[in-house]
Amino acid sequence: MSGSRALPTEARIAALRLRAPRAFGLPLRERMWLGAAWGAFVLLTAYCFWRFDFSPVRLWTGLGDLGLIVGHMFPPSPGDQPAEIFLALLETIAMAFLGTLLAAIVAVPLAFLAAKNTFPFWLPRFAVRRFMDVLRGVDQLIWALIFVRAVGLGPLAGIMAIFISDTGTLSKLFSESIENIEKKQIEGVRAAGAGAIQTLRFGVFPQVSPMFLSSALYMFESNIRSATILGIVGAGGIGFQLSDRIRAHQWEEASFILIVILIAVACLDWASKNLRMRLIGAPS
Amino acid sequence: MTVPHVPLAANGTGLPRKMTRALPGDGTAPSAGRVTYERQYAALRWTRRVQTLFGVVLFGVLFAGSAYFGKFDPIALIEGAPRLGEYVQKTVPVLRWESLSKDFAFWFYGLPKWLDLLLETVLMAYLATLMGAGGALLLCFFGSRNLAPNEWSYHAARRASEFLRTIPDLVFALIFVFAFGLGPLAGILAIALHSMGANGKLFAEANENIDMKPVEGLRAMGATWVQTMRFAVIPQVLPNYASYVLWRLEINVRSAAIMGFVGAGGIGMELITAVRSLYYEDISAILILVVLTVTCIDIACGKLRHALIGRETLV
Repeated sequence: MSGSRALPTEARIAALRLRAPRAFGLPLRERMWLGAAWGAFVLLTAYCFWRFDFSPVRLWTGLGDLGLIVGHMFPPSPGDQPAEIFLALLETIAMAFLGTLLAAIVAVPLAFLAAKNTFPFWLPRFAVRRFMDVLRGVDQLIWALIFVRAVGLGPLAGIMAIFISDTGTLSKLFSESIENIEKKQIEGVRAAGAGAIQTLRFGVFPQVSPMFLSSALYMFESNIRSATILGIVGAGGIGFQLSDRIRAHQWEEASFILIVILIAVACLDWASKNLRMRLIGAPS
Repeated sequence: MTVPHVPLAANGTGLPRKMTRALPGDGTAPSAGRVTYERQYAALRWTRRVQTLFGVVLFGVLFAGSAYFGKFDPIALIEGAPRLGEYVQKTVPVLRWESLSKDFAFWFYGLPKWLDLLLETVLMAYLATLMGAGGALLLCFFGSRNLAPNEWSYHAARRASEFLRTIPDLVFALIFVFAFGLGPLAGILAIALHSMGANGKLFAEANENIDMKPVEGLRAMGATWVQTMRFAVIPQVLPNYASYVLWRLEINVRSAAIMGFVGAGGIGMELITAVRSLYYEDISAILILVVLTVTCIDIACGKLRHALIGRETLV
């Protein structure tokens, strides 16, 4: 223990700088790169503000109008036909349920075709995967817009939109759980003399079915949220009522519908989360 | 009590026959162990069957209810199926080998305008993500249990971010279009608010998992709350934040692409016009461009995210 800790001399500092140059700040080249990156970031952001016309006047008047609208939203009122709103809520939940169910049913065989360990042929597997990517790549609302044209206004278009986009998502999730299964169980079933189908049924299926159910439930949760907006393009559900009220400037009813959506989503999230935890925790 | 001997493989246990045959007591009087086994097995099967039956009935009720409330009509679906095929067929343009470049030019006749709108869409997503991240940064320190200055602000921040992320961004846009006028401004603000709620929650959860020792150190030195957050918390969570923000950008590009459906800017306006006016080949051209853009952004963000995660584990 040296009592005197003198200030480091110039020579000592120079020696330290030589030994650990980065401790004294970044080298010039890296500092220039960093500066350029910050400059590009600032320029890009400034360009965006200019391009999208973020003038303080516009924002201020807009906020004033928004304040008026929010003022009109209180008190929320169910309007003349509260039954209509609740039926639309049930319709939304039904759309999410049926869409997810159909997607899950179709996704199971597709997932077995897309998983490396259950389907060894490279080319068709690649084709199935890219097909699923396309289904997922197009937004659900765009599918809804197209289905409204094909099958007409109403919940059927919404069900089909959820079904198509979720087939892509669920078969990807399912195929990933198939690829992550334990091999030992399969070997055990094979050793007991099971055939190919029996191996799938007793070796693979018991392992993946809780994961499948949990993924499907998760998508159901997410679909209830997304199904609330499908109505904006005419694909049924509570979103149809909501956009109708907003377009007609019936703000009290719009806020009532928003509150109904918030409560329903919170309740269903809670229920589905509990169910999922039980499924993963204790696979029966 | 005697238990009648049942060959196990025949009653649908699914166990391979070989295994059941090997059980003791075949043919002769059953042993005590066998009796207990059979009794417990029967009880287990009974409960399982009741559970399965309950599940099937519950599922049937849910299905019937959904089909009723969702007005699910298989006949309409079957009738709609060929129309859907026709629809898809109409969006496929005529491409001949001998005049391929001309046909492509005809198909993508609006390319300059569409590319400009795609740029607008991506820039909308960029700005909205940035603003959302800024808002989330303000929200998240109050919304994490270990850092919130008091109980009241914790609950306020949590409820606010819950509210913001439960309302879909398209609904915000629908309202903002009335306040801020048609155009990208309404869309950007709508996406920014939704991102603020979603990122506020993720950021707060990252904050709750930090090492608290630097926080205690700075507090002991007499740092203010703001200084503590800046020098003890942010250096620990910045890689997580960056990763969440990049992920949010991927999601927001998709959202920005549909904002035009309610008049809030981006390529969506062009798409909904094409669908409503039955310009079939425009629909497929725009969809291809949108999917390509989204895929490129996804790949770029994914690469950046992985680079960030790699650095995080190295340091």
